[in-house]
Amino acid sequence: MNVSRKEVEYVASLARLDLAPEEKEKIFQQFNVILDYINRLKELNLAGVEPTTHVLQLKNVFRKDRSQEKGGELLAEVLKEAPDKAGRLFKVPPVIEEEG
Amino acid sequence: MNYYYKMSVAEAARALQNKEITSKELTESVLERIEEVEEDIRGFVTLLDGDEVLLEAEKIDQARVSEEPLPHLAGIPMALKDNLCTRGVPTTCASKMLQSYCPPYDACVVEKLKESRTILMGKANMDEFAMGSSTENSAFFTTRNPWDTTRVPGGSSGGSAALVAAGEVFFALGSDTGGSVRQPASFCGVVGLKPTYGLVSRFGLIAFASSLDQIGPLTRDVRDCAMVMEIIAGHDPRDSTSAPKEKEKYTEYLGRDIKGFKVALPRDCFTEGLDAEVKKVVMGAVGKCTALGIEVEDVSMPHMQYAFPAYYIVSTSEAFSNLARYDGVQYGYRADGAGNFVSLYKKTRSGGFGQEVKKRIMLGTYFLSSGYYDAYYLQSLKARTQIREELQKVFRDYDFIVTPTSPTVAFQVGEKGDDPLTMSLSDIYTIIANLAGVPAISIPCGFVGGMPVGLQVMGRPFEEGRIFQFCYALECLLGVRNQLPETGVKRGGTVV
Repeated sequence: MNVSRKEVEYVASLARLDLAPEEKEKIFQQFNVILDYINRLKELNLAGVEPTTHVLQLKNVFRKDRSQEKGGELLAEVLKEAPDKAGRLFKVPPVIEEEG
Repeated sequence: MNYYYKMSVAEAARALQNKEITSKELTESVLERIEEVEEDIRGFVTLLDGDEVLLEAEKIDQARVSEEPLPHLAGIPMALKDNLCTRGVPTTCASKMLQSYCPPYDACVVEKLKESRTILMGKANMDEFAMGSSTENSAFFTTRNPWDTTRVPGGSSGGSAALVAAGEVFFALGSDTGGSVRQPASFCGVVGLKPTYGLVSRFGLIAFASSLDQIGPLTRDVRDCAMVMEIIAGHDPRDSTSAPKEKEKYTEYLGRDIKGFKVALPRDCFTEGLDAEVKKVVMGAVGKCTALGIEVEDVSMPHMQYAFPAYYIVSTSEAFSNLARYDGVQYGYRADGAGNFVSLYKKTRSGGFGQEVKKRIMLGTYFLSSGYYDAYYLQSLKARTQIREELQKVFRDYDFIVTPTSPTVAFQVGEKGDDPLTMSLSDIYTIIANLAGVPAISIPCGFVGGMPVGLQVMGRPFEEGRIFQFCYALECLLGVRNQLPETGVKRGGTVV
């Protein structure tokens, strides 16, 4: 056993996921099957090996943090996709709650 | 009913340029074909309105009549995987999370295909967020393999592959993170290329695992693949991982002499897990290489067995990060009834993502969490270095590495069930090219029990031209190009 049910629950909460009981059980089972397989990586002696984060030897690409858009047309199109909005703002539930 | 839909892209382009046919006739042929088979194939998530599509075709025809200069592929119908952003056309990633999402912009490759005046027929089904190998993880429905509709088309670009194979479009684009273009190409008997990492801009591709993802074409033969690459390759400042390379005239490589090329055959790919019949077909094709004056030698790539574990860690970790943006705030699905911010996140993500996506996000969370980072994530990045170096070593002595694309032919819908490993292991030979960033193609090389078998050719970075050169010769020799199944005649059972 690589992970416990409790650990799976904790990971779900870190990932901001609520799992139904049967979903939780299935993912718990699959986690362990996958980790068993993946653990074969531990056979490798990788001391002193440089990690590869990226296959191309590229430098960072920078640009000015400025809108490339001229008019306000795109803004309207972007906001059209918002689940809820107020004027030019995205509307969300309260972030800071009153202490009760 | 005419049979224009059976033409390759090159044949259709030539017929259009010679004014033997019109784009309207070509598009009508495809629309009739869609009418005939789409009910069984189900390759489209979104099918554009036929009248509007025909209107676009007529415009191109008029331009041609008045001798306006037109791009080479103008007037040819195609499809796009539904993770490529199309302005004003729904882009769902086959997920409830983006079910009603209409992007306000086009992906770079979509801009290029529009400039080329190709005709978008619709958006192709896929596994949700490109996570899967069969389209069974699509939140909407499973696409069927045109060679046998009881089987899967492969995935995740299964819709794209099935549409090309069924004659519903002339070509399609997919994306490939661990084999998602090549494996469905293999299952559906078409050509699929994963280009060198950085060759095709990913601006507007909905990200899965950013150090692995590449966009690639699915076509009915090697020439078509080269033609589509001539359109979509090239540097784009909006993708910071885009390589500063000029695109090449890939079609110029076709027909060049291939004598003296050296091919490596990793014996580690021809062991347990490879279907005996598939092996026979692939080895038969490899045997014919020698007739072309090509040297084929066995090599050992012992790190191959670590490719899948390393891939699983890298891809889920990157997915964890990339999919954090789906929080119900700016676009896409938002769950009702959230009283505060955390509950908005949790309800939205739990309701919007399917189970496979949730599982992979959680694995990524686990691998990156404190206490496990070194044991898993860092270890996988180091293993990736070793896998890359092993590949580079082989490429010092050989021009290409040849393997089967997948260990089996297309499997039955529902066959793999919930076993998280058997499904993913169908990508076992393709993953290595993503980890190393090298180009790799799958071309049809024969059949087993009426189902297509794919042959994978990997090459050195940015040597797509030589891959086309080699595969074009091989394709001519094998005589399996642009073969369409007799869809409509059902084999092996009824459609569920």
